[in-house]
Amino acid sequence: MFSRVAAFLVFIAAVSTTPLYADARGDAKAQVAFGIDVAQKGLWREAIYRWEKAAEIDPTYAAAYNDLAIGYEHEGQLDKARQAYEKALELEPGNAQIRQNFELFKEINDRTATAKERP
Amino acid sequence: MTGLPLPKNVRNLLLAGVAALCAATTLACGPSYFEIPIETPIQPKLDVSAFQRVLIAGFVAGGTDDVDANQETVRLLRSQLRSKSSLRVIDADVMQLQEIAQEQSKTTSPETAEEAPANHESSAAPAATPAPAQAEHASQPLPAKIKEEKDLEPYERLFANTSYWKRIGEEYQNPLIVTGTVLFMPNSRSGFVSRDVEQIDGYGRRRVVPVRQYLERKGFILRPKFVFIDGRTGATIYSESYREEVLYNSQTNTPALSSYFELMDRLVPNFLSALSSQKVRGTRVLLK
Repeated sequence: MFSRVAAFLVFIAAVSTTPLYADARGDAKAQVAFGIDVAQKGLWREAIYRWEKAAEIDPTYAAAYNDLAIGYEHEGQLDKARQAYEKALELEPGNAQIRQNFELFKEINDRTATAKERP
Repeated sequence: MTGLPLPKNVRNLLLAGVAALCAATTLACGPSYFEIPIETPIQPKLDVSAFQRVLIAGFVAGGTDDVDANQETVRLLRSQLRSKSSLRVIDADVMQLQEIAQEQSKTTSPETAEEAPANHESSAAPAATPAPAQAEHASQPLPAKIKEEKDLEPYERLFANTSYWKRIGEEYQNPLIVTGTVLFMPNSRSGFVSRDVEQIDGYGRRRVVPVRQYLERKGFILRPKFVFIDGRTGATIYSESYREEVLYNSQTNTPALSSYFELMDRLVPNFLSALSSQKVRGTRVLLK
């Protein structure tokens, strides 16, 4: 009986050692994660609100800007999306996933946003 | 060699510790990215709220005799607009614009021929060709057979003839008129092409190596120019030109009509995006 209780206590102790982020990045991460959850349920406006908040809490958090750009893109706010992608890449120039998202965005935006009048 | 058997309670403690470590690792290092499908709404390039109907009039076409690019383009654009635009598509006979332009040039005196570009210049067409170029087109003879791009240039005066298009507009109750030129011509190109070839080395291992090979290829070039005319005034409100090409191995025998549709398939979304809002589907990666 004692061994089972001890095992349970060890388990709880180990799980509770998962770091509880108290800093800005931790708060921003929580907002980003919540935004991802709601975006996956199709609640894009709520997601954008969360990602905007994350970027406000931690302006150096590239993932927040990347997700925000995707949210803006989905809502058709293409200028804002471009700015957010550029900010994300400025923060993490080597991030291949952000770069790929931005390339896909540019492909659509550049193809359709401006009139094509070639001589 | 056998180890000392662990007492049961110690073994339980160890197992619980390992399980807890796994749980903590999963919680801390869960997936850091998520693929998500998105639909990007694209606003139309033209404000067509003033129109309820659209007339795909016809095109000055040429390049090859294998495809009637005028008929095919009209049919394709009408069917696309019927399903993907809120505008009502007018069913009318396809206009033979090349013949119409020839007729106009016969009946128009040199003075009136020079009037057309002047009218066009005064209209607020954003994509209007510069006036000197139009004056030059106005004096050029219209080639009966259109084989290449420069054969289409003299026909530009037809789209600048506002009084003609205004009359067409009145006939069809002031629709948005879509017209233009379509050049669909054969193309061939020879040169070195890099392609991947599978090879088996001395140890029986497969590997793919890039090989440069001289190839003779043939295909087609499609160069459409879409001109959007306000049926109420006869003035050009917008125009856009595209160029697409496709090349096949010279041994491949691809019918011209199939190539035409292959190339038009690439352009149709751009054409539609001028008139109606589109949703472009894609996938992006959300990051944690």
